[in-house]
Amino acid sequence: MTHSPLSRRAVLKGGAAVAGAAALAPLPQRAAASGGLTVGFIYVGPKDDFGYNQAHAEGAAAVKAMEGVTVVEEENVAETIDVQKSMESMINFDGATLLFPTSFGYFDPHILEVAPKYPELRFQHCGGLWQKDVHPENVGSYFGYIGMGQYLNGITAGHATQTKKIGFVAAKPIPQVLLNINSYLLGARAVDPSITCQVIFTGEWSLAVKEAEATNALADAGCDVVTCHVDGPKVVMETAASRGMFLNGYHADQSALGADTYLTGAEWNWAQVYTDMVEATMAGEAIPNFVRGGLAENFVKMSPLGPAVTDAARNQFDATKAEILKGGFAVIRGPLKDNRGNVIATEGQGFEETDVALESMDYLVEGVVGSTS
Amino acid sequence: MAITDRDMGAGLRPSLSPDGWLAALARRAEAVVIPLGALLAGLAMFGLFLLTQGKSPAEFYALVYKAGFGTWFSWQNTLSRAAPLLLAALCVALPARLGLVVIGGEGAVVLGGVAAGGLAGAFAGLPGGVGLPLLALAGGLAGAVWIGAVGALRHYRGVNETIASLLMAYIAIALMNHLVEGPLRDPASLNKPSTAPLAEQLRIGDMPGMDVHWGFAVGVLACIAAWVLIDRTTWGFAARIAGGNVRAAQVQGLPVGRLIVGFTALGGACAGLAGMIEVAAVHGSANASLAGGFGYTGILVAFLARHNPLAIIPVAILLAGFEASSGLVQRRMDLPDATVPVLQGFVFVAILASETLYGRFRVFAPERWRAA
Repeated sequence: MTHSPLSRRAVLKGGAAVAGAAALAPLPQRAAASGGLTVGFIYVGPKDDFGYNQAHAEGAAAVKAMEGVTVVEEENVAETIDVQKSMESMINFDGATLLFPTSFGYFDPHILEVAPKYPELRFQHCGGLWQKDVHPENVGSYFGYIGMGQYLNGITAGHATQTKKIGFVAAKPIPQVLLNINSYLLGARAVDPSITCQVIFTGEWSLAVKEAEATNALADAGCDVVTCHVDGPKVVMETAASRGMFLNGYHADQSALGADTYLTGAEWNWAQVYTDMVEATMAGEAIPNFVRGGLAENFVKMSPLGPAVTDAARNQFDATKAEILKGGFAVIRGPLKDNRGNVIATEGQGFEETDVALESMDYLVEGVVGSTS
Repeated sequence: MAITDRDMGAGLRPSLSPDGWLAALARRAEAVVIPLGALLAGLAMFGLFLLTQGKSPAEFYALVYKAGFGTWFSWQNTLSRAAPLLLAALCVALPARLGLVVIGGEGAVVLGGVAAGGLAGAFAGLPGGVGLPLLALAGGLAGAVWIGAVGALRHYRGVNETIASLLMAYIAIALMNHLVEGPLRDPASLNKPSTAPLAEQLRIGDMPGMDVHWGFAVGVLACIAAWVLIDRTTWGFAARIAGGNVRAAQVQGLPVGRLIVGFTALGGACAGLAGMIEVAAVHGSANASLAGGFGYTGILVAFLARHNPLAIIPVAILLAGFEASSGLVQRRMDLPDATVPVLQGFVFVAILASETLYGRFRVFAPERWRAA
């Protein structure tokens, strides 16, 4: 059998050219027509994943509601050359001048590759990786201290648990995830120091089957409250609800998945962050290259407390939250050991949420059942 | 040379003789017209599907054309995406010549990438002209061992190569995760575990005048080389014989075992090379992003090309063009990102269905023209 690829390609191109020419005229040039600012959002997963991507999409929806702004979005864009081309496609075809490629893995090498080609445009990345004099000036970085949210989650878990065992379904043993696990347990231990937290790592950011298995395994091990740090908490929440566990959400509001067993959740508040950044851009102001914030700065918020939260839990939750909002609160504070017996912090020593030492966390604190390797 | 009836016939109506130029054209045309017809049928069916969703097929195809092939940027976008597909498709097409259906090229892609990322540190002191071929060799070797093992399992242990390759892809991805999060991890890669970044001279750059890396050229050359191997060498001929009938090939004394292991290993080497190129041209280090699904899209490309290495080139470009248009289609028509995979599915089914049409049309069989 012999193909003739040249003629075949020529025919394809010819056919496509005819089809294209026939329909080129009605293509709208939206960006040019609106005259305002066009903002592009790129997500690594589906926009309705009840998690990481939905949190960003909710932020994009808030931007969409602003006057004079056009929002273009793309979901399920892989951390490969795909995202580079998606950014450039938004720039070339839609006239986007402010881009939010939201996945952590988009930064290096993809944003770093594309941004220098378009020095007039602005690339805002979620993850807090930008460094002065190392990375381009038209790239900005923002992130939120959501570990505090997991600490508050832990307080509600500490009050809800009967078995004194709570569970955590985690993607990978990286610093951000470890801080969330440790914060969750320490929150629960602020209620009852005998509580332990069992952690199961699935190894992937999005792997529904393992997330369900891990949640079931936690239930079988006697855990009666669960939270997670995976991209889409939907599977964990639904599985846990079906096992009668109490739920602590993460990334976005998952109360719809757990009904009356949903205690509260640690959520991103990107709507606030994104509308601020877009407003600044429209006013001609520069967005700082490095922005971070926590509960006090409205980067992070808590889901409304659910019906299963007792008055005692609510009081401690509110009191702790007020203390966090005052500033200077340290979740990781001495005396504290990791779960292998090494000293993490001595009496009087504490790491505030802004402490860079927390960004290379490689331990699980005493009381967490599990291993980082 | 004796004059026969056939020659007489040819002398009378040269163009209609089974040996004439028109006959030669007709024989070749079948392999082009049928897949092309199936492609158009698939596009038409998808157009009907769009209509049921209340969307305009004309607008859809205009956007696909614009974002895939309509501008210089679109072409660069398309060719960049086609680069890994070319090599990944060869991982399916080469074993297919022996009648093997290997669908686990993804495993070879990620391991080729990890091999390159893991060894890059050892080659950091070498000039690019030496280090890059060594990296390519490492990536290709990793893929060759992985898919060659599938062939060996098939021949020596009777294990189904389709299932084995697919399951081994999961093992490969788990192995990659273990390696980049463990022994090969760069301690500086905190929240995205990766191997250490490649030295600058070991990076693959863009081809002159365009924003498309050299991996595309490598893929095209590999496709041409694979075509020469299959269509113009005794090895390729032997492989086709063994693919047609293993028993007959064995009776002829052909080394069937070596052919199976050799062709699967060669396919794996291509996919491994694709992984190495992803690391050296795109990512700059090996990490979980390597499992980007190229190995699976490669299956689609190879089947659409009917396992002909030369046909892989236009098919990979066409599918890459579809993928390049996915974003614009999402943004302009408010269609979900699953739209392009659904389109690919329609085309895939149409091409598979068209397999039954070969030999059915007299117009492509000059021997049967006279009977008409």
